[in-house]
Amino acid sequence: MNVINEMRLEFPSKSQNESFARVTVAAFAAQLDPTLEEIADIKTAVSEAVTNAIIHGYENTVGIVTVIAKLYEGKIEIEVIDEGKGIEDIEKARQPLYTSKPELERSGMGFTVMETFMDEVEVISAPGQGTRVKLVKYLTSTGGELGRE
Amino acid sequence: MQVSSRRIKGALVVKVEGELDHHTADAVRERLDSLLEDPTIKHIVFDLSQLKFMDSSGIGVFIGRYKVVSQRGGTVSVACVTSQINKVFEVSGLYRIIKKYGSIEEALAGIGGCDE
Repeated sequence: MNVINEMRLEFPSKSQNESFARVTVAAFAAQLDPTLEEIADIKTAVSEAVTNAIIHGYENTVGIVTVIAKLYEGKIEIEVIDEGKGIEDIEKARQPLYTSKPELERSGMGFTVMETFMDEVEVISAPGQGTRVKLVKYLTSTGGELGRE
Repeated sequence: MQVSSRRIKGALVVKVEGELDHHTADAVRERLDSLLEDPTIKHIVFDLSQLKFMDSSGIGVFIGRYKVVSQRGGTVSVACVTSQINKVFEVSGLYRIIKKYGSIEEALAGIGGCDE
């Protein structure tokens, strides 16, 4: 499957960039002519992954979060990458309601939301090696402006 | 992000406007907790008509305030929930502890806040 278009975003792990990241990815995804619901799903999942990178990856120290988005015909693939502390037990981290930071009133639903709102969620991580979350969503549209080229 | 509130008998009607994420959650939480320092408030009705976005960071904000008012024998309800936020509420199971209504009036009637 050929990549129609791609973009890369890098920003410091500041919480005000959560909104920036999800809005930017949503604007980029709009090229595929997604439905409003699909756009909302993408925004929500990106917000979760970027928030995880900031809170858990860098634990509120400042590092660089990278977001790469690739558009295919009828599909968007998004990677959210940090070079933070990594995840020791990925299965445990993905369980609903699990949180390593209960004191922060975190719900532990981040990965569950990503899994519900996207079609595929892949997590690649190891302690001390950062985390890469790959999100894939298949879109019901026919490919938008770019797809018709 | 803006939080405004009005008191209707035993209920606090809170309108949350803007986007509720990790960045804004602390400010919303602090504002709500300062409003809840008034021990006569039992019920909270959230007007979410102008909440444009919420992710899982918002879930903890609702659960935390539910814990406060449920200890007083009160309830938390939400009204005018938009579809993106409805989906986050459904996935997270928030509707098991928080009731959803179509309007503020229905929510107030549902908790009996108008008659107390």
